[in-house]
Amino acid sequence: MALLPNITIDHYLYFSTILFCLGIAGILYRRNAIIMFMCIELMLNAVNVALVAFSKMYGQTDAQVFVFFIMVVAAAEVAVGLAILMMLYRNMHTTETDVLDKLKF
Amino acid sequence: MLTEYAFWFLTFVAIFSAMGMILSKNPVYSVLSLIVTFFAIAGHYFLLNAQFLAAVHIIVYAGAIMVLFLYVIMMLNLNKVDEEKRSIWSKAAAAASFGILLLVVSAAIGHGHAQSELQSVADTSAIGTTETLGLSLYKEFLIPFEISSVLFLAAMVGAVYLSKKEQYN
Repeated sequence: MALLPNITIDHYLYFSTILFCLGIAGILYRRNAIIMFMCIELMLNAVNVALVAFSKMYGQTDAQVFVFFIMVVAAAEVAVGLAILMMLYRNMHTTETDVLDKLKF
Repeated sequence: MLTEYAFWFLTFVAIFSAMGMILSKNPVYSVLSLIVTFFAIAGHYFLLNAQFLAAVHIIVYAGAIMVLFLYVIMMLNLNKVDEEKRSIWSKAAAAASFGILLLVVSAAIGHGHAQSELQSVADTSAIGTTETLGLSLYKEFLIPFEISSVLFLAAMVGAVYLSKKEQYN
C-alpha cells in the first residue's frame, strides 16, 4: 500500500488534514479579508493533495482531472473575489471584516 | 530512501510556512509564506508522479494567483504591520476548531485504515503525464472542460464589471 517507500496513503491524508485545519483556523483567526481569502486557497490545495494521493493509490487519472478543475474554479474565484475586495476598499477604505459587517451599505 | 526524506522535508516546509502565513502580521509576508507552501505542494505532486499537475500548480498558483494577491495588497497599500484587535473568543474559536477538526478527521483516517487496502496497482508511473491527462480531459471530461471555459468568461466579465470606477453609496 506504499505510495512511495515507507510512505502510505495515511501520511498524505494526515498532511492534507493538517493543511485543511490550518486553513480553517486562519479564517477564524484573521480579520483581514485578503488573508481569509488566502486561507481558502490553502484549504482547496489541501483537498488537491489528498486527491492526487488517491489518484496515485488507485492508478487512475480521474482524480487528477478533478484537481485540474479545482484549480480552474480557484482561479475564477480569485479574480472575482479580489475585484469585490477592491470595490469594497474603494468604498469603505478597509478590508477588515470587523468593519464590513453590513449586508447593504 | 531519498524520496522518504523528500516527503518529510516537503511536509514540514508546507506546514510551517502555512502557519507562518496565518501568524505573520504583515500581509506581504503572508503571501510569500503561502507561495512557499505552494512550492512544497508542487514538490509533493512531483513525488506522486503528477508532473503535469506540478507544473500547472506552479504556473497557476505561484505565477498567477499569488501575483494577483500581491498586486492587490500593494495597490491597496496594505503592506504595513496591522495590529489587529482580536478578542480572546476568536483566538479560542480558531484553536478549538483546529484541534477538534484535526482530532475527528485523524480518528476517521486511523479507523478507516482497514478499508483502504483495496488494491495495489502495479504500474502507476504513467498516470500523471501530460499525455494521459490530456486524453482523459479531452475525451471523458470534454463537457466539463467546455463549461469551465464559460465559467472563466463569466468570471472575467464579473471582474471587469466590479472594478469599474463607480461609487455605489
